[in-house]
Amino acid sequence: MTTIVARDTIRAPQRAGDRIFSTATVVAGSLILAVLAAVAAFLLVQSLPAFVATPADFKGDAANFWAYVWPLAFGTLWSALLALLIAIPLAIGIALFISHYAPRKLAQGLGYIIDLLAAVPSVVFGLWGIGVLAPLLQPFYTSLVEWFGWIPLFAGPVSGTGRTILTVSIVLAVMVLPIITAICREIFLQTPVLYEEASLALGATRWEMIAMAVLPFGRSGIISASMLGLGRALGETMAVAMVLSPSPQVIFALLTSQNPTTIAANIALNFPEAHGTGVNILLATGLVLFVITLAVNMVARVIINRRKAFSGAN
Amino acid sequence: MSTTTVAVPLTNSLTAGKLPRHSGPVVLLVSWLVTAAVFLIVQLSGASTSFNVAGTLFFGTVLYCIAIYLLSFFVEGVRKAKDRLVTALVTAAFVIALLPLISLVATTVISGLPAFLTPTFFTSSQRNVVGPGGGALHAVIGTLLITGLATLISVPIGLLSAIYLTEYGRGRLARAITFFVDVMTGIPSIVAGLFAFALFSLLFNDPGIRFGFGGAIALSVLMIPVVVRSSEEMLKLVPNELREAAYALGVPKWLTILKVVLPTSLAGIVTGIMISISRVIGETAPLLIISGFTASMNYDLFNERMMTLPVFVYTQYANQGTDTQAYLDRAWAGALTLILIVMVLNALARLIAKLFSPKLGR
Repeated sequence: MTTIVARDTIRAPQRAGDRIFSTATVVAGSLILAVLAAVAAFLLVQSLPAFVATPADFKGDAANFWAYVWPLAFGTLWSALLALLIAIPLAIGIALFISHYAPRKLAQGLGYIIDLLAAVPSVVFGLWGIGVLAPLLQPFYTSLVEWFGWIPLFAGPVSGTGRTILTVSIVLAVMVLPIITAICREIFLQTPVLYEEASLALGATRWEMIAMAVLPFGRSGIISASMLGLGRALGETMAVAMVLSPSPQVIFALLTSQNPTTIAANIALNFPEAHGTGVNILLATGLVLFVITLAVNMVARVIINRRKAFSGAN
Repeated sequence: MSTTTVAVPLTNSLTAGKLPRHSGPVVLLVSWLVTAAVFLIVQLSGASTSFNVAGTLFFGTVLYCIAIYLLSFFVEGVRKAKDRLVTALVTAAFVIALLPLISLVATTVISGLPAFLTPTFFTSSQRNVVGPGGGALHAVIGTLLITGLATLISVPIGLLSAIYLTEYGRGRLARAITFFVDVMTGIPSIVAGLFAFALFSLLFNDPGIRFGFGGAIALSVLMIPVVVRSSEEMLKLVPNELREAAYALGVPKWLTILKVVLPTSLAGIVTGIMISISRVIGETAPLLIISGFTASMNYDLFNERMMTLPVFVYTQYANQGTDTQAYLDRAWAGALTLILIVMVLNALARLIAKLFSPKLGR
């Protein structure tokens, strides 16, 4: 006779250490989501009074909150757009230089040099923009207005200090350059070598190889890199606050002393002296900025992630 | 009858002429010389007072692009010409990007050194200082305290989250965290400052609240996603064989992570943390909003305004007194200190990564 012993299924012993540790990591991870939610929630709560503020509460002659924030939002988008127009072609060029033109041994060092630009604090960029770049560009602006003043963008009268929206955009372009370059470089390096070798073997020149194999492969990467750069340019504060002499209005001319300012710069300049509803109004403009950058970043990440799914690149 | 054969010169449509080997650099040199000559004539004619070096280099390079394109077009054909043009443009893009970096570092060093070398710069604060003199000790202390506290807050949270994402995370929560960490890296720094302000002014019911702890919270919001991202990358590099070997020996999962996974990736994690510190140590906007500015020493993170280096640079520049030069000098000296700190942190991080990273494979 054999006795059949009923056996429990084997289970790993539950250790206290395991449970504590895994719970801690889950809590930490969830905390990040909570912080992001808290940022939105607290900003929203604190900015509620701004939406019902009376015209007397606003600096300048805005009738309500939306009239107050519109020129600022315009300036934010306008300066960021100009910065990207300058930065994207340059960044693609630099990324191509590092990934496909520079000697292999030098490439990593060159990439590190460009990354150094990202390490410079924004307040130093502000000092540099106003102390070096603006005086340097002013004579150039004068001749630009002289020769091309008939184009509305370059309409006069020219600013005497060089502290214009174009100077700001150049500083912003320098600041977002390393971000866009770094991502483009990674993407270009991930082009399948077989594609490149195939087009070279068919007799393509180096540029034709890049145009046929590298750029099409990296297109979505370039788009998302630009959007991340856009997010950075939208939120940049100190460089704009220091370089620009602001007058919140919707104006497209690039070289005059009348310049639109950005949301972030407006907050930085006015926050130390603000009180009462003024604080709430500035917080509300911050909320608008938060929503804009959040949307831009989310779209960029979705594009990157979608691409990741089928190419193995990130 | 005999036919005479006439030798037809052989033409091969597949081959084309080729420019001599070093024609690129030579053409570049020639175009610089030509533009230099033009500018020299302009100067000698009295139209301008000094020799325009920047103009020479710029227009010389433009001339080079045109010359090499045309030369190559007539000798080598349109495809090769385009290739040479793009090579010139791409190289120019890289050089253009170097110019601001060189100019910025040079200006900061030259303008910053006079005040930086003043004996009082690192030994006194700005209290009761009008005009020249004084120092940035209060700002250096504030920066160290606030950044230190931000690091203390961010590193455990960031590291644990990274461990969750690599070791435990499955499913929707992990995907949401990964996505929103990426999104959070793009939060404007000023919004982080506004968040800290909104939070603490509600908590303490003080509409004008300014203190160092709030600054540390704001910096943590900016720092956590960077720590998570870099630590996650490093933890992913740890080979699975190491984990499996530990499990096979009966080591619990949490001990495996603590004793096997973390030590293996420690160098990379430390590097990431140092880079993230160098990212937030230069943040101005959030500290301007929640930590405020002062001219006096303050060692208490939970009380009163606290000065930090970036804000010091900004206020010295923004509120220039009657002796403008003294304030500007101090601003540049502060900027020089900041850049030095950031560069040292970056260099140390690279060094650690190079010296201590585990040799994977082979």
